[in-house]
Amino acid sequence: MNLAPETGSSATSPGASESWLRRNRQALAPWLFLAPGVIFFLFYVIFPILQSFNLSFYRWDGLGDPQFIGMENYRELMDDRAFEVSLWNNLKWLLLYLLAIPAGLFIALFLNQTVTGIRLYKSLFFFPFVISQVVVGLVFSWFYDPTFGLLNQVLAWVGLGPINVLGDPTLVTYGIIIAGLWPQTAYCMILYLTGLNAVDPEQVEAARLDGAKGAKMLWYVIIPQLRPATFVAFVVTIIGALRSFDLISIMTNGGPFGSSRVLSFYMFEKALSEYGFRMGYGAAIAVVLFLIMLCFIAYFLWSMYQDDKGGR
Amino acid sequence: MFPKPIQNSSRAWQTTYQALVPAALVMWLLPLIAVAIFSIKPEADFTTGNYWGVPSSFEGLSNYGRVFFGSDMPRYLLNSVLITVPTVIGAVALSCMTGFALGVYKFRGNLLLFFMFVAGNFVPFQILMVPVRDLTLDMGLYNTKTGLVLFHIAFQTGFCTLFMRNFIRALPFELIEAARVEGVAEWRIFWFVVLPLMKPAIAALSVLIFTFIWNDYFWAVVLTQGAESQPVTAGITSFNAQYRAAYHLMSAGSIVAALPPVAMFFLMQRHFIAGLTLGAVK
Repeated sequence: MNLAPETGSSATSPGASESWLRRNRQALAPWLFLAPGVIFFLFYVIFPILQSFNLSFYRWDGLGDPQFIGMENYRELMDDRAFEVSLWNNLKWLLLYLLAIPAGLFIALFLNQTVTGIRLYKSLFFFPFVISQVVVGLVFSWFYDPTFGLLNQVLAWVGLGPINVLGDPTLVTYGIIIAGLWPQTAYCMILYLTGLNAVDPEQVEAARLDGAKGAKMLWYVIIPQLRPATFVAFVVTIIGALRSFDLISIMTNGGPFGSSRVLSFYMFEKALSEYGFRMGYGAAIAVVLFLIMLCFIAYFLWSMYQDDKGGR
Repeated sequence: MFPKPIQNSSRAWQTTYQALVPAALVMWLLPLIAVAIFSIKPEADFTTGNYWGVPSSFEGLSNYGRVFFGSDMPRYLLNSVLITVPTVIGAVALSCMTGFALGVYKFRGNLLLFFMFVAGNFVPFQILMVPVRDLTLDMGLYNTKTGLVLFHIAFQTGFCTLFMRNFIRALPFELIEAARVEGVAEWRIFWFVVLPLMKPAIAALSVLIFTFIWNDYFWAVVLTQGAESQPVTAGITSFNAQYRAAYHLMSAGSIVAALPPVAMFFLMQRHFIAGLTLGAVK
């Protein structure tokens, strides 16, 4: 059976109409492959973001009817002392968490040798990243425990007084950040170990012949070649710092006196705690956190775009 | 190679290095070693203040026995498996398709969609919390494993798509072109040409997602409550409330909860690291 050609295409040869079909098939195919993933993602990730923005203009206890109050939630945030504390703590997290990058590089350089059993050592060093932050949090709260914690025992040996890290409003955030740095450093270490594997040995040899070694070699020859690893380490560390929630929830529950809260925890507390379900206010906090992260996301996407332009 | 290979150094430094590495490892893992020792101590050691000393007797069997037979732990573990495994399958399946579409085809909005997945994957959970919780409540899936699984699949698809798309881009495009010239249908190209080449990526993503979801705590707390549907991360905290001063049991419980991803990592190490270091080597 021969189907009559459409009007307008009658002039084209059969070969061209076949290629039209093929082009069409190829134009349709990606959308069929994309549909389930995109729909799911829009439904569970993209729309909820917009809904949260919308919700931040309402007063809502999660049960009754939401009441539109405009910018009121944001105005309240400006005078909210707890919000201010959370914001400062987020800043501390952001800055101190970045220590994971040099620490990871240091351990990677230390382990980048070929001696017997080094592979096993490398994977054991990576251990802290594989276990849940819940377990890390528990372990570190025992480590800091004022009555029996190992930290105070060690301090006592060197003649320093007992401290209660998690009970002290000035120390608590630093204590939790150190717990978080542990797995994060492990992650950065793996990134750098992989990066070091790809370092060009000829360049290293050439630099060696020119008399470069130690710190000079590291700074001028090795670190520039580790740029991709540093970029990924930077991305995951920033995201990790802003997402910190598990450790705070497990180790202090935001205390003492709310001094270890960060935005992600404060939002959760406002929206889903016994102090009342302030969904709209929580959403406003989440929007602030989102906007902070958006600066970084935009930067990451921009550099990915720069990379991608070179591709096919 | 940098730093200089240890073999080219002095004998003395070589020996020092050989001793330094295990010493550093013990320091690095000290918190975990302590927990492992806690978990085999008898309860009496804690009441008498022997926290960090040598266990006065080996009680590992009875401690782990109590975790497995005298608590809700097995149930939480089972929940974790029932949440993690479907999520891994779902997220990997969806992202094989999205990654294929975004990696192989040229169409308007390709990069835009790709960036949507990437950006969504970086988003703070809190901006999704209230709407997703509502959505789950409305669908009658609050406090069910299904509710958690559906959300996890959707969210993880973001990261997986990033991974899959980049992986597919690195494949030899000529294979696909050749198949097209032969007139092979697009879905057959996906199934018979591309999918077999994606095995390493699928393995890498599977272990990674397994670990991420197994270790998830936030969504477990937001979308579930109680032993019926909560995974082991949330379970361990209620375990903590129940056995507050029973450090031996808490330690045994923590180790049991941490073991599956650790085992996964050791079994699939190469793939796991390939997944994590995506983009770190150029």
